[in-house]
Amino acid sequence: MGKKPFVHPYIPNSVPEIREEMLKAVGAKNIEELYMEIPEQLRFRGKMNLPEPILSEYELKRHVEDILSKNTSCKEYLNFLGAGCWQHYVPAVVDEIVNRAEFVTAYCGDTYSDLGKFQTRFEFYSMMGELLNMDVVTEPAYDWGTTAGLSIRMASRITGRNQVLIAATVGSDRLLQIKNLCQPPVMDNHITVNLVDYELKSGLMDLHNLKNKISDKTAAIYFENPSYLGFIEEQGEEISRIAKEHGALCIVGVDPISLGVLAPPADYGADIVCGENQPLGIHMLCGGGQAGFIAFRDEEAYVAECPLQLYSITETRKEGQFGYVEVRSEKTSYGARDKGKDWVGTSSGLWTIGAAVYLALMGPQGMREIGETIIQNANYARQKIGEIEGLKVYFKNTFKEFVVNYDGTGKTAAEINQALEAFQIFGGKDLTGEFPELGQSALCCVTEIHRKRDIDKLVMALKEVLKK
Amino acid sequence: MKNYKLRDYHGASWDEPLIMEVGNKGERGIIPPWADQEIREAVGDAAGLMPGPMLRKSELKLPELSQYHVLQHYLRLSQETMGMDLGADIGEGTCTMKYSSKMHELLVRADKFCQLHPLQPEKYLQGVLEIAYKFEQFLKEISGMHQFTFQPGGGSHATYTNACVVRKYHESREELKQRNEMITTIFSHPCDAATPATAGFKVITLMPDENGYPDLEALKAIVSERTAGIMFTNPEDTGIFNPKVAEYVKIVHDVGGLCFYDQANANGILGIARAFDAGFDACHFNLHKTFSSPHGCEGPATGAYGVRKELAGFLPVPVVGFDGEQYFLDYDRSDSIGKVRSFFGNLECVLRSYAWVMNMGEEGLRMVAETAVLNNNYLDKLLLEIKGVSRPYAEGKRRLEQARYSLEKLKEDTGVGSEDIRRRIIDFGIQGYWLSHHPWIVPEPFTPEPCETYSKKDIEYWAAAMAQTIKEAHEDPGYVMNSPYGQPIRGIKDYSAIDDPEKWAMTWRAYKRKFRNK
Amino acid sequence: MRKKLGFIVNPIAGMGGRVGLKGSDGSEILKKALELGAVPESPVRASQALTRMKSIRDDIEIITYPYHMGQYEAANLGFTARVIGKTAENETTAADTEEAVKAMLEMGVDIILFAGGDGTARNIHDVVGMKVPVLGIPTGVKIHSGVYATSPANAGDLVYKFLNKSQKVVLKEAEVMDIDEEAFREDRVSARLYGYMKVPYERTLLQSAKAGSSAGEAVSMDSIASEVINGMEEDWLYIMGPGTTSRAVMDKLSLKNTLLGVDVVCNKTLLASDVNEQELLTLLEGKKAKIVVTIIGGQGYIFGRGNQQISHRVIRRVGIENVVVISTESKILALEGNPLMVDTGDQEMNKELSGYVKVVTGLGKYMAYRVTY
Repeated sequence: MGKKPFVHPYIPNSVPEIREEMLKAVGAKNIEELYMEIPEQLRFRGKMNLPEPILSEYELKRHVEDILSKNTSCKEYLNFLGAGCWQHYVPAVVDEIVNRAEFVTAYCGDTYSDLGKFQTRFEFYSMMGELLNMDVVTEPAYDWGTTAGLSIRMASRITGRNQVLIAATVGSDRLLQIKNLCQPPVMDNHITVNLVDYELKSGLMDLHNLKNKISDKTAAIYFENPSYLGFIEEQGEEISRIAKEHGALCIVGVDPISLGVLAPPADYGADIVCGENQPLGIHMLCGGGQAGFIAFRDEEAYVAECPLQLYSITETRKEGQFGYVEVRSEKTSYGARDKGKDWVGTSSGLWTIGAAVYLALMGPQGMREIGETIIQNANYARQKIGEIEGLKVYFKNTFKEFVVNYDGTGKTAAEINQALEAFQIFGGKDLTGEFPELGQSALCCVTEIHRKRDIDKLVMALKEVLKK
Repeated sequence: MKNYKLRDYHGASWDEPLIMEVGNKGERGIIPPWADQEIREAVGDAAGLMPGPMLRKSELKLPELSQYHVLQHYLRLSQETMGMDLGADIGEGTCTMKYSSKMHELLVRADKFCQLHPLQPEKYLQGVLEIAYKFEQFLKEISGMHQFTFQPGGGSHATYTNACVVRKYHESREELKQRNEMITTIFSHPCDAATPATAGFKVITLMPDENGYPDLEALKAIVSERTAGIMFTNPEDTGIFNPKVAEYVKIVHDVGGLCFYDQANANGILGIARAFDAGFDACHFNLHKTFSSPHGCEGPATGAYGVRKELAGFLPVPVVGFDGEQYFLDYDRSDSIGKVRSFFGNLECVLRSYAWVMNMGEEGLRMVAETAVLNNNYLDKLLLEIKGVSRPYAEGKRRLEQARYSLEKLKEDTGVGSEDIRRRIIDFGIQGYWLSHHPWIVPEPFTPEPCETYSKKDIEYWAAAMAQTIKEAHEDPGYVMNSPYGQPIRGIKDYSAIDDPEKWAMTWRAYKRKFRNK
Repeated sequence: MRKKLGFIVNPIAGMGGRVGLKGSDGSEILKKALELGAVPESPVRASQALTRMKSIRDDIEIITYPYHMGQYEAANLGFTARVIGKTAENETTAADTEEAVKAMLEMGVDIILFAGGDGTARNIHDVVGMKVPVLGIPTGVKIHSGVYATSPANAGDLVYKFLNKSQKVVLKEAEVMDIDEEAFREDRVSARLYGYMKVPYERTLLQSAKAGSSAGEAVSMDSIASEVINGMEEDWLYIMGPGTTSRAVMDKLSLKNTLLGVDVVCNKTLLASDVNEQELLTLLEGKKAKIVVTIIGGQGYIFGRGNQQISHRVIRRVGIENVVVISTESKILALEGNPLMVDTGDQEMNKELSGYVKVVTGLGKYMAYRVTY
């Protein structure tokens, strides 16, 4: 650095005169004195090998943009990837609100100084409550996988049992997250995870297998709707009946963008519902827009065991005026509270705001229409791809994702995906390693952003690729 | 201290009804795309493509408003949110509320970032992977650690990741059954106790000695072959740097445990002290605190978690690698704990942090740390001049980038406590302060952190607001207890909704059911 | 309807302290104290507490005893006071206290605020038990009971908030200790756990993801009980000391509990109730055992105050490594950094027990805390 003193636009007190004034005021000769509590052997006196700083905003922006230009986005290539992060349209108004400086920078201000934040959150919980047909919705956290694992731990605490049955169609990444939360077998309070088989043709849960595996040690059954593999689990009512028979809870993981058309899990007996907010007006952000929620009935046992934050509306001293408080239930006298509570921390708050705006914009008609569009687009793609020689499409039905099998082509899914790149297409997620029983296959995702010509392009490209 | 003219502030106050209560049947906020005509003809009605019993039968009661009205509603609510950009957020200690460059937001919003799908083939993600990899190298320099992951979605998620790594480490040595105790300190963040508990460990907490340092003798007494490790924050929220921190590490290492350095409070020691040098096995940084990514109403966030070479194999997958030409994702790690979060974590936080470090450089980072500490010492001087404010522990010793104070004397003299003061100072146009984690060891606490974003005048204003509020507490305690006065709402009437099932309502439908019989 | 505050001041409490005498029960000691120039302190402190409630003066009816047993203090601060009973102006006895409290209960007081030492607390307990909440204003020399606020001002604040039905104030059970004054003045400390009363305390309402959560007393005790029960080994004896935290364990096992005494549990069933030292030693023959104790009283004692049945002989037989200390976090924090105390009657044993102990504070939760003698 040159001899000019280093003054930075983000550091007002880097101006040397001000620093001097402040040092004098605190009675220190120099900055070193302020660090005297740190013993010398813990002081870092070396040089950090960091690049020379780019001080001008213009050059810095350009520098980073140059690096980002090495990415190829889903604006440039046609994208059929899903599997937990999906490409949906984000309304402009959502972006407008989610980029407001007040929301972007808010943190732990309370209901007085950050009322808007709390009211928006409460509106999210309320609208989600309607979507899910449940009276309690938590502040979301991290992602679906986390909330699935936390829901399972919650069920374990409520029932006092240490086993969970999970549909074998759940994605492997989600399962890894759940397993971490369930703890390894050697730990005292671990929850044993057992998978329940599925019927290869329909994708539906094998109820015989479920009945064999469930016992009075089962805390819960967990399955997803739509499934990770794209089909609708129609046996929801039967599964929750079997759960109840054994005193277990029924936990369903749901994609909320389907709930304008499809029944909310509460309607077929789910006790706890979890899922992913990202489809509700959040950009993909390379996987940085995830947010998982948990919802359940307004019962003390559930509220007391809920690991995530819950907020209640409540009156202020002015008539008709509302504020918000955090709920903390102290109930003790039920079941076995033999398990410790989980943690909660900063996770995905801005996406709650975005999802609230999204749901308010969409309204009941929008949610129904988008569900219908997705179903129609995805099923059209499914139909056309199924007609291609050598390809098979699996399972009974499709909401927005379906499995394409390539065994009949002699090519691997990886090869086909690579070939599709030449057509500027990102093919569906390669499932081959994840679900070996499905052979060479990919999970193809089609949403409302795809037009007929996009789907036709995929079909044409596949045909081309397979010719070779 | 100069006589500061405090603002005659009043927060925006729209008396805005809940969105569920406004609108008109039939109004639309947005029209989603419909499937092309030919598609609809080819496949028919969506309902017909779904299993009948699974179709939604219950009415969906969402708001029905035109687009302008939705926008207006949420703009008003944003105005009723002070956030940090508007009101000097010096009060939120441990949160490091620093300025987040608006230029960074342009980068995040660009299609070349926000329109990326995480499962795209690596060759199409070279830009983000380069940023993640290069930023990782920065953190390695800053901390001395060998490898980092950005998968954890926040600080507590990073401490959870550490608990999983420690768990896996001992499991791989077949000692996990025996080593089921994790140690932490009472002034560390509660996640240092809660996350190992979630991971299955018993947690033993150390109390402070008379100087405010975690009791070293206690640590010696409780370590054993049952110790899995220790997880603690330094400097703790009291702002006191524990000079013996390396001794703690040695004591735990000697019994075979692993040591984790919760660096949520790193802002004052960037380039000054490193986790590696104190002997720690792992550490983390909050990118949404120290590295300027904004707080976003509590997320998205990133807890960058770093480890020594010996533990690198346990990190969650994938890890970003560089072969000299291309960046790649390494999933082939048999010892990995698997995943704590889907995909790669919140890369937007990494992107902003990368830009921030590129903007600062080594000299800038030191300037950040030094200014944070100088700012805090300056505020400290002003606060201790106020009657009723005390600063427990380590009497006469300096603090680093934050400090914990007590209003115990004020409470004793007037009955007005810290929660009351907090409610009143926001009337001067500054954000509410942070009290303390539970449990309150320091009675009637408050913990400010004037990081490098704030000017000398900001600090003086903040101290003046505190002085004024405390003066009011002495003169008219009832006035302060009934605050706030300049916000969109008055005080909460009664708090029974906190724990009374008949009073709480987490959704509007629940509220109507309980209070309006609908 | 106005709220009713029972207000009782023991004017001679704390008189001995200032002139170097321990306690001031008994007219002998009182005479000596006055000769040495002692001045009644508790009326002043009682006024300090009452001052904090001035803003709700019109909403409270104070029911109190004559002269400096409450009447003067209330009147001087402008409170409406209903004066009941008779007593001599300068001499008040334990009987006076009990009469006063009886009358207050009959009149339906919402809470009783008193200024006095352990003796006064004991007198009040004999009449009130758990019927109505009570709070003590500290005025005595050294207080062993746990029914006191931290200062007169704090007492006033708590009662004010309680009467205003503030959500910040909740009730907990606190120990009433019976000090043997004779022994005390001879430098022998002898105290037994006399009983429990309900006392208001303040909790914080502010919560956020950052703050973590603070469980209430009931939840904490329940999770402590879980941790103790989860660790119970087959065929081992568990010697359960007195106190509400031990009671939580017994309740969770659905076993009959002696709140003020020692019970013995084995294989999760009740082996013996309210045992003395000899009975313990007999039961212990040829058995492995653990001792489960909690903090009794306001001085932080885990042995020697209220659980003397668990003598040094019993501890020796069981083994120091088998002593389990349980306590809620809030009770430990109330010690304000002061160590836990032991007084087993044997200095060697006291020394061996000193150092650090892992106190069970919840399910899988421990606090490393200092113990001394």
